[in-house]
Amino acid sequence: MNTIAAESLSAAETSPERAVWLTAARDLRLGLRSRAELIQALVFLVVVVSLFPLAIGPETALLKRIAAGVVWVAALLSVLLTLPRLFAADHADGTLEQLVLSPYPLPLIGAGKILAHWLTTGLPLSLIAPLLGLQFGLGADELVVLMASLMLGTPVLSMIGAIGAALTLGVRGGSILMALLVLPLYIPVLIFGAGAVEQVMASIDYSANLSLLGAGLLMGALSAPFAVAAALRISLD
Amino acid sequence: MNIYKYASPASFYPLAGKAWPFFAVIAAILVAIGLYISFFVAPTDFQQGEVYRVIFIHVPAAWMGMFIYLVMAGYGILALSFNTRLAAMMMEALAPTGAMFTALALWTGALWGKPTWGAYWVWDARMTSTLILLFLYVGYIALNNAIEDRRRADKACALLVIVGSINVPIIYFSVKWWNTLHQGSSISPVMAPKMAAIMVNGMLIMTLACWMYSIAVALVRVRAIIAEREAGAEWLTRSKA
Amino acid sequence: MSRAAVAGVHSLSVAGLSLSRGPRRLFSDLAWRLDSGHALILRGANGSGKTTLLRVLAGLTASDSGSVKWDDLQWTPLCAGQRAATLYLGHINALKDELTAAENLTEALSFDGLAVTDSAQRAALDRVGLSGRHDLLARRLSQGQKRRIGLARLSLSEKPLWLLDEPTNALDAEGAALFSDLVDEHLNRGGMACIATHLPLALAGRTRELSMGTTIQ
Repeated sequence: MNTIAAESLSAAETSPERAVWLTAARDLRLGLRSRAELIQALVFLVVVVSLFPLAIGPETALLKRIAAGVVWVAALLSVLLTLPRLFAADHADGTLEQLVLSPYPLPLIGAGKILAHWLTTGLPLSLIAPLLGLQFGLGADELVVLMASLMLGTPVLSMIGAIGAALTLGVRGGSILMALLVLPLYIPVLIFGAGAVEQVMASIDYSANLSLLGAGLLMGALSAPFAVAAALRISLD
Repeated sequence: MNIYKYASPASFYPLAGKAWPFFAVIAAILVAIGLYISFFVAPTDFQQGEVYRVIFIHVPAAWMGMFIYLVMAGYGILALSFNTRLAAMMMEALAPTGAMFTALALWTGALWGKPTWGAYWVWDARMTSTLILLFLYVGYIALNNAIEDRRRADKACALLVIVGSINVPIIYFSVKWWNTLHQGSSISPVMAPKMAAIMVNGMLIMTLACWMYSIAVALVRVRAIIAEREAGAEWLTRSKA
Repeated sequence: MSRAAVAGVHSLSVAGLSLSRGPRRLFSDLAWRLDSGHALILRGANGSGKTTLLRVLAGLTASDSGSVKWDDLQWTPLCAGQRAATLYLGHINALKDELTAAENLTEALSFDGLAVTDSAQRAALDRVGLSGRHDLLARRLSQGQKRRIGLARLSLSEKPLWLLDEPTNALDAEGAALFSDLVDEHLNRGGMACIATHLPLALAGRTRELSMGTTIQ
């Protein structure tokens, strides 16, 4: 005789923070099972950044001049590369629909996925960027600001990217199309992020840039989950 | 008269058919007046000579590119909030015209830049922002073409245009900031602050002409979109297209 | 199996439901009512709209017009009430290849808003014929075995409305019999089900059939 010990999840267990964290933890756990994919973004960043000196020549002054821009653009492209897997795998095996039908509110699911994505792409990129900056001859101050700008900016890249990935779910030509949609929206983040490093190189006060990035991060955190939820509903229709 | 009945494509189709010739005629008249002013009435600028006359197309085109994107966003909000098909169709009808005006603004800007400042493209704030706006339009059109199911395409494009329009001021602000940071080559071809009234009027007339033209073209295009989507519907075969 | 009756007596009703995909009208002005303890079997050729109707009932797809009502209260697509009341099993198995059978079941149950003890989950997996396979990665399971994980989920479900799309696909005769048992139990406890299938279904409970792909029902 089996008494099924099943109980509904209590209200505490479906609280907002828990919903976000559970979704993020799920993605992280699944990501760890296919570790190779996680490393790919980092390797791509290093390779792309190395292409520039090969293309332009190793002249130190020039490299230092373009360092911030190169690292930022490469980081941006690395994030772009990893965006499709945000929803595509779950969509293909049907678990995305189950997530959408779960008691967890859809915006929170979106937020959890964005968080997991950043933890596996933006964060590692920000941490490894100073090493690349060193290769380009950036000084200590500049490296710190580079890392700070990436830390503040890459979450926004994940957020905007998530909207793009959700909109183009299952559409043919998906990746390039998503890049086309998302890159123009990335431009302000790129400008303020790379600009912060340029300013510290020119010994100008760079705090405004970082504040703007921070403001963008806040705005994004408040609005992107809802846009992602709307986009997912549209794509699953 | 119940105005809401025109929210149905079936009722809007004949209305659009009757309306567009009026807009086309008004546009033609305004263009004629505007071009006359721009070529014959407006005086020669003492700094830039005759070349400056391109602003009579450049500025209206830039304004229309921007304006149409906002109108599309408005239709997008209507389409998502009220689930009306016609709002989404109007949005789809406006996109190519908006893209055309934006491209025209870029092209005329380059034509103006070369004789005035020696280069076809200087990365100034306004032109760069206009270029990014063109990217937004191209992205919209690409998304619309890529999704086969029309309902999903409508809603996805509506969301895209709304997100895009929220970002446009942010993009413009950031590009302007970027431009001031990297001084150097960033002098943009502008007119001296005090423009003769006749030049301003000329630009306004041309802008109005472009607006009327856009409405006429959008109405014609939306009729084609309606016909395509409702193909086989009884009312369509009944009406004299 | 001692399990509580599905909470309350409910009714699912559909009125004026229409949906077109491009030029094809899948269903038009659909209207029917389903009460607790009953099952609606959707029959029809491929492409006749069975899956789409189930998705509309689940809230994943929005109809062009008409309404879906639960206890005479209209559901807006994906509202909390709809998600709480329905269990949707689609055509594809919603399983992660990288998780084991047991982990997949746990995840599916959390999507259903349930926290189930480990022993109960293992018992459910054993019941559906997956004993000894709990810790196999899903990618190593056969199609039939994957489907059976879905059956385990059904056996533990508390939801009143089951929306099942081709549930017995890839199941052998034994699996199909097990499925029928599960549905019968569910109906006896006061649940209801909408099942789209083109295979024969032997249900003891009160069932009705709806043929999709014909004109107005």
